[in-house]
Amino acid sequence: MRIRITYQKYGALLYTSTLDVQTIWERSVRRAGLNLQYSQGFHPQPRIQIANPLPLGFIGSHELIDIWLADEFNSAEIINLLNSALPEGMQVLEVEIIEENGPSLPKQIEASQYRVDLLNTDDNPDKISVLAQDILTKDVLPRVRNRKSYDLRPLIQALEVQISESGNTVILLKMPSNSSQTGRPEEVMAELGIPMEDFRVTRTNLVFSGKYA
Amino acid sequence: MTDKDSIQTFLDRYLLTITKPGRYVGGEFNQICKDWEQTALHFAFAFPDVYDIGLPNLGMSILYDQINQREDALAERAYAPWEDMEMLMRSHAIPLFSLESKQPLRNFDVIGFSLPYETLYTNMLNMLDLSGIPLHTDERTNDDPLILAGGHACFNPEPMHAFIDAFVIGEGEEIIHEVAEVFKAHKRAGEPRIALLKALDTLPGIYIPSFFEVEYQSDGLIKEIRNIEKPEKSYIQKRIVKKLPKPVTNFLVPNVKAVNERAVIEIMRGCSRGCRFCQAGMITRPVRERPAAEILEALEESIQSTGYEEVSLLSLSSSDHSQIADIIPQVMQMSESKNVSFSLPSLRVESFGPELIASMQGKRKGNFTIAPEAGSDVMRTRINKSIDSQDILDTATQIFKMGWTNLKLYFMIGFPDETLEDVQGIVDLTRQVRSIGKQLVGGRVKIHISVNTLIPKAHTAFQWLPFSEKESVLEKYRLIQSGLKNTGIKLDWPDYDNSMLEIWLSRGDRRLSAVIEAAWRGGARFDAWHEYYDVNIWQQAFESTKIDPDFYSTRSRCTEEILPWDHIHTGVSKKYLLNELEKSRALETTADCRQVCHGCGIQANYAISCENIRTGVQ
Ligand code: SF4
Repeated sequence: MRIRITYQKYGALLYTSTLDVQTIWERSVRRAGLNLQYSQGFHPQPRIQIANPLPLGFIGSHELIDIWLADEFNSAEIINLLNSALPEGMQVLEVEIIEENGPSLPKQIEASQYRVDLLNTDDNPDKISVLAQDILTKDVLPRVRNRKSYDLRPLIQALEVQISESGNTVILLKMPSNSSQTGRPEEVMAELGIPMEDFRVTRTNLVFSGKYA
Repeated sequence: MTDKDSIQTFLDRYLLTITKPGRYVGGEFNQICKDWEQTALHFAFAFPDVYDIGLPNLGMSILYDQINQREDALAERAYAPWEDMEMLMRSHAIPLFSLESKQPLRNFDVIGFSLPYETLYTNMLNMLDLSGIPLHTDERTNDDPLILAGGHACFNPEPMHAFIDAFVIGEGEEIIHEVAEVFKAHKRAGEPRIALLKALDTLPGIYIPSFFEVEYQSDGLIKEIRNIEKPEKSYIQKRIVKKLPKPVTNFLVPNVKAVNERAVIEIMRGCSRGCRFCQAGMITRPVRERPAAEILEALEESIQSTGYEEVSLLSLSSSDHSQIADIIPQVMQMSESKNVSFSLPSLRVESFGPELIASMQGKRKGNFTIAPEAGSDVMRTRINKSIDSQDILDTATQIFKMGWTNLKLYFMIGFPDETLEDVQGIVDLTRQVRSIGKQLVGGRVKIHISVNTLIPKAHTAFQWLPFSEKESVLEKYRLIQSGLKNTGIKLDWPDYDNSMLEIWLSRGDRRLSAVIEAAWRGGARFDAWHEYYDVNIWQQAFESTKIDPDFYSTRSRCTEEILPWDHIHTGVSKKYLLNELEKSRALETTADCRQVCHGCGIQANYAISCENIRTGVQ
């Protein structure tokens, strides 16, 4: 059976890459006493699909993964089994049993929504709002990454500056994350002149493309 | 803010600015976090290399498990920060901290350093320094943690004597509890530090270097090693456990890559073969086997508790386990049914029947490894490796017949009385193995040989021998290289200078403490990493301390000489080692002592029967 898991990634797990997250799922499933299905062939691979890689250091509050199990259990049982087998920093919120042969999960994802929390209390929200507005009025935003130049502007699908309940400045972003384009929140932050150690990014949502929504 | 909070805040802020930040956060599955305030005794176990290397260390896993099993104690871990993290920590004045509770290491009661090999010494000093703990034992006060060290390198503790309060010589499973009890009583009584050291000194297997004094002659040789605390106690005998305790199964499962990620069950400790160059074989005597049922159960339990996709059996010579023929097929079966892979290193040609090879057929994918050690039958007699070239060729034939194509062979040069013919034997044997492979598996055959230079180690029959001169080593390598030309055989050998550090430190005396410190101050770190080890720093350290490095490396030692480690006893007598050296010269072998006891000293010194202890009859 194929299940879609909604989970959180935080704490000590922030620094674990997507490749290692895949290993963590395989091991957690084994510890939970569940059995993964394996692909056919000479080097059988466990059938796992991570929706979209979450960059190192980002909190994931609604991450998705599909796994194929060789067992039959109900969702509540699976949630319990997995949560007792996952390391600290990863937690299952929801398990949905889905169509075994439906479309691949990564292909369905179009974009990501992020929330960027600024850590310094002396950040000036007004100044940041002005800078953000400035970015939005521009037609092009040339940047260089890994010695390649590209235009950041079309990758910013939404950008909003807010004040959180606790009074800190928060930036909300929507950027593409699909096979043809990936927007990077830290590039927007660099454009706003805020260094890496002064903010923390949470991916709050994965946006499905219209076709699958 | 408490220390702990400021460390957490620092990590949250800055970890993303360095490489592999996952090394510094802990949080592994099976990590044990106890309440700091509610727990009386705080142990930290520290591995002086980077997290990825240190995490799989079995010795540390065992001690972590032992201490955390106690109600009254907690154990946490620390590893050496990589250079970018070290710089970051120093620039923010962040002390070295434990991964579990993010407590500064200096807040612990006891810090136990794991020293399996000598090239970790400078990292250990760096970790003390990063912790804000005085480097030298004589500068520490009651407010500083007790600095313990254990592991195979501690069988010659002298080069590190200035930095370590107490060494554990030998096996740690039982003594660590005795240390905990002594510490608890000490803490309750609030006595001065010296009282703690005196109390520890009563535990068999504990070596307090500050209680000993070494006097030198004008020629630099040792005149006398004496105990100034208790003159009647002239030596420390290594600690052994008579029965191996239940193996650890709840291994820490890292969230980022480590060098080994698998569940490892030690199936046997010690080795009865008596290879004359092998330090591990001497210092881990007597042999103790774990029963097959316990091994199987532990493997299953460890898969369950770790979720690892690979299991492995560990020992110096797995094929010598008396139940190995039962164990391997059962493990193979279990690994198949549970969808995990299985690796079994350290099989020996001499005890390696075709059935055993056949039973591992499913494993054909990887490399197969054979360690002939020497190229000629004569040299194998000298080193007491009881196989001849024909055995090796037969085994290779078996292996190729079973379908393996990649074979790795381990050799050494620099043995006593070695001739160029012996070295030529390496070439001939390797070429013969290759032609067998060609015949049986054709062009797919891949042979890889690795040739190391013998390091005559403390507590072996070869401990008196010099390390080979550079010219002679290079001549031998050139011979091998030209002999293997155009054969497609891959040849590895270590850089001569790269081996020097291990030689100096493993054969050194107390005067090397100053050299190690000077090297660390000169910037030496991560000496176990070839790309970081800088022989120039060490040469300068020797120069600045006016110590001659050759005194420890290429000088041959006379058998009357007092060796720096003579007051550390492994249970194997010096007389036995000397006799082994003479037998090597006389081209005599010593049979595996499971057949007949050669009186190495173990039975006498521990008042045990090796036969009973091996199989667990108490
Ligand atoms: S005492 Fe005898 S049987 Fe025991 S380890 Fe030594 S030689 Fe072997």
